Amino acid sequence: MKKENVIRTMLFIFFIILSFLILLPFYAVAIAAFKPGEDLIRYGLNLRFDLSVMTFDNFNYLFTGSHAYFSWFYNSIVLTVVQVALTLIVSATVAYGFAAYEFRGKNLLFICVLLIMMVPFEILLLPLYTLTFNLGLMNSYSAIILPGIANAATIFFFRQYLRGVPKEIILAGRVDGASEYGIYARLILPIMKPSFAAMAILNGMNSWNNFLWPFMVLSSDKKYTLPIGLKTLLTPYGNNYDLLIVGSFFSILPIFILFLVFQKYFIDGMTAGAVKG
Amino acid sequence: MIKKFLYSQKVAPYVFVLPFIIIFVVFWVYPLANSFEMSFQKVTLGQEADWVGVDNYTKLMGDSIFLKSVYNSAIYMILTLIVLIPFPMLFAVLINNKFMWGRGFFKSTFFFPALTSVVVAGTIFRLMFGEMEGSMINNILGFFGVEPMKFLKGQVTGYIALLSLATWRWTGVNMLYFLSGLKNIPDEYYEAASIDGASAFQKFTRITMPLLKPTTIYVLTISIYAGLSMFIESMMLWNGNNSPKNIGLTIVGYLYRQGIEKNNLGYAAAVGIVLLVITMVINLTQLSFSGMFKKED
Repeated sequence: MKKENVIRTMLFIFFIILSFLILLPFYAVAIAAFKPGEDLIRYGLNLRFDLSVMTFDNFNYLFTGSHAYFSWFYNSIVLTVVQVALTLIVSATVAYGFAAYEFRGKNLLFICVLLIMMVPFEILLLPLYTLTFNLGLMNSYSAIILPGIANAATIFFFRQYLRGVPKEIILAGRVDGASEYGIYARLILPIMKPSFAAMAILNGMNSWNNFLWPFMVLSSDKKYTLPIGLKTLLTPYGNNYDLLIVGSFFSILPIFILFLVFQKYFIDGMTAGAVKG
Repeated sequence: MIKKFLYSQKVAPYVFVLPFIIIFVVFWVYPLANSFEMSFQKVTLGQEADWVGVDNYTKLMGDSIFLKSVYNSAIYMILTLIVLIPFPMLFAVLINNKFMWGRGFFKSTFFFPALTSVVVAGTIFRLMFGEMEGSMINNILGFFGVEPMKFLKGQVTGYIALLSLATWRWTGVNMLYFLSGLKNIPDEYYEAASIDGASAFQKFTRITMPLLKPTTIYVLTISIYAGLSMFIESMMLWNGNNSPKNIGLTIVGYLYRQGIEKNNLGYAAAVGIVLLVITMVINLTQLSFSGMFKKED
């Protein structure tokens, strides 16, 4: 065999082993979903594939039991869709303002956008918590949606994208007598479509998996999102492993399928910030 | 009249960026200022605040649990930097090779863990690192003749569990950053180097690494940020904000404990300000050392 082929084969085997290690936890969860809850309590999560103990009980319980799992699921979908739609449209509008015009205070404002990306959100938890409390927005979705509606990373991405759009389009729009807002709505927004896909995926993924802030704001079981609901299954008095494990399994599934279909957009959205502008 | 004003070319840009100004002021400037103010007060939710000067800060400096949380966060950050920058970079370079088989497959597989929420991933890892003989990690170690361990009860093994979780979730993402950085390096550089007789290692150290520098700085910056503000990973691994001898307590965990669990808002705000200062100092130092503030040549 040629030396090049030996190296190639060795690299391939090396990456296969790594992939195998990465996939092991998924495998463990997938088989645990078919094991009785007490098996998890007694042995923990493991790789043992034993057909004799495997049942559909957990799935049965998930689909027929008296628990709020599917309302959490529904809440997560609604919240994600609304949050993504609002964030994208608001952020795109702001980004267009930054990309298309020269105006006083523009640089200062843009530095503020970059600053948001550098301040850990976690230090705002308490003041936002008291603010939410004082505004009477506790246990509401608006408290979750509003702070991130002009999302810095999304604004940044849209602005980079818009810098590649020729200014002549705007000028042509003006010559044809369109208003500034008409130009944005009818000429620019359609051009931005491809960038919307990447940001929709990235924001959607973050929103679907978001935990800490919603966890602090939401207090009623009915309003819980999926991650919070799953977290409440773990209590100091005992853990609902049978529901937890099969519930976790189903919570990964939608985003997994989305990833397989829209891989390119996941990766574009994810790496958007890293590319030098 | 108003319509004409709003529609003028001078006013339109402000209308476009207005949502940002509002959000920035209401949800960033105000809370940040508020946090700063609270850090000099004794506050409980819904009650009048008392000014206490720098008391919160002096108390923090002598608070051994707080210092422990800073130590934990710092160690966690350093460990993630050591693992999550060189390895993803190396993997990206290897996988970027055109002769490599199954590149798309490996890219996807490495990315999969990032799709899971921290809650789910944390739960999975807690169960994997369970103390029973039969739980996954002990099971695998047993295969090599190692006695079962209580991972989440010891300091070092606790860090191992946290680091494994971080490595599992972020290797693929950082690899993607490096892959997108590699795309910007022209093939001609490597061809020229080959003609000059450069070895693969020389190409890596002389061409790839220097040209990946902007990406590396980016990954370094976000990793420092993420490492220092880590909280939920620990919360999930230890099923709550309490771990034996606080081995898993992080700065944000302490902020949460003081602010939300104990309703000691002023003291917690001081924790937040310290976190902000630490993050900014480390990142600004790092950025100035790597020459980000110098004029581009």
